[in-house]
Amino acid sequence: MSVRVEKDDFEIGAEVARLTAGRTDIGAVVTFTGTVRAANDGGAIAGMTLEHYPGMTEQELARVEAEAAQRWPLQASLIIHRIGTLKPGDNIVLVVTASAHREAAFEAAAFLMDYLKTRAPFWKKEMGADGSTRWVDPRDSDNRAAERWEDTSKKIR
Amino acid sequence: MSVKILYFSWVREKTGKAEEIVDPPAGVETVADLVAWLKRRSPEYEAAFARPGVVRAAVDRTHVQPTASIAGAREIAFFPPVTGG
Repeated sequence: MSVRVEKDDFEIGAEVARLTAGRTDIGAVVTFTGTVRAANDGGAIAGMTLEHYPGMTEQELARVEAEAAQRWPLQASLIIHRIGTLKPGDNIVLVVTASAHREAAFEAAAFLMDYLKTRAPFWKKEMGADGSTRWVDPRDSDNRAAERWEDTSKKIR
Repeated sequence: MSVKILYFSWVREKTGKAEEIVDPPAGVETVADLVAWLKRRSPEYEAAFARPGVVRAAVDRTHVQPTASIAGAREIAFFPPVTGG
């Protein structure tokens, strides 16, 4: 279980290899990578800047990860979130979950992303192709995605 | 009671400050009280907190509702809904 907030890019293969090194109790590894789109809500994007709340971010990510570990039998997990200036095509976030079987790994990865998007204190500022800037608005669909886990909050498999 | 306040994203831009130490008067007991008191300080704060319910708060790095107490808080943060991931 670990979380990292950093400016540098990550290499998915290397992260998975590090997480699973020497482990023979893992039967399923799921990775999710979020990347910067060149267009958002119809506008062309030249890049974005990610701001966060140092200290609280790491604490919230760790809390979300601990919640996932309580709900699913995870052998290992990792969250990496980048900050600073990013351009289209760049990686933003990596979630890795490892379990004995695929269902727990798939579900935990989706849960981590849904919870991260509504709780971790990050804010995106987009730079338009025309030089304009705007703070990204939250999406209702993200709130609904997080809410779907509320019903099963007591469920531990 | 002096307390450190942090502002992020467009709340920071509207207040013009990333952080400050404030000393709210007696009677300012909750996050909502603090927001109301801050709004009276200047047009910049009024603008930052203009839309009711939009700006979120954290007390000592934990998400809280406007009704939360700020008694004994060391650090209070105000920010828009989060947009990471």
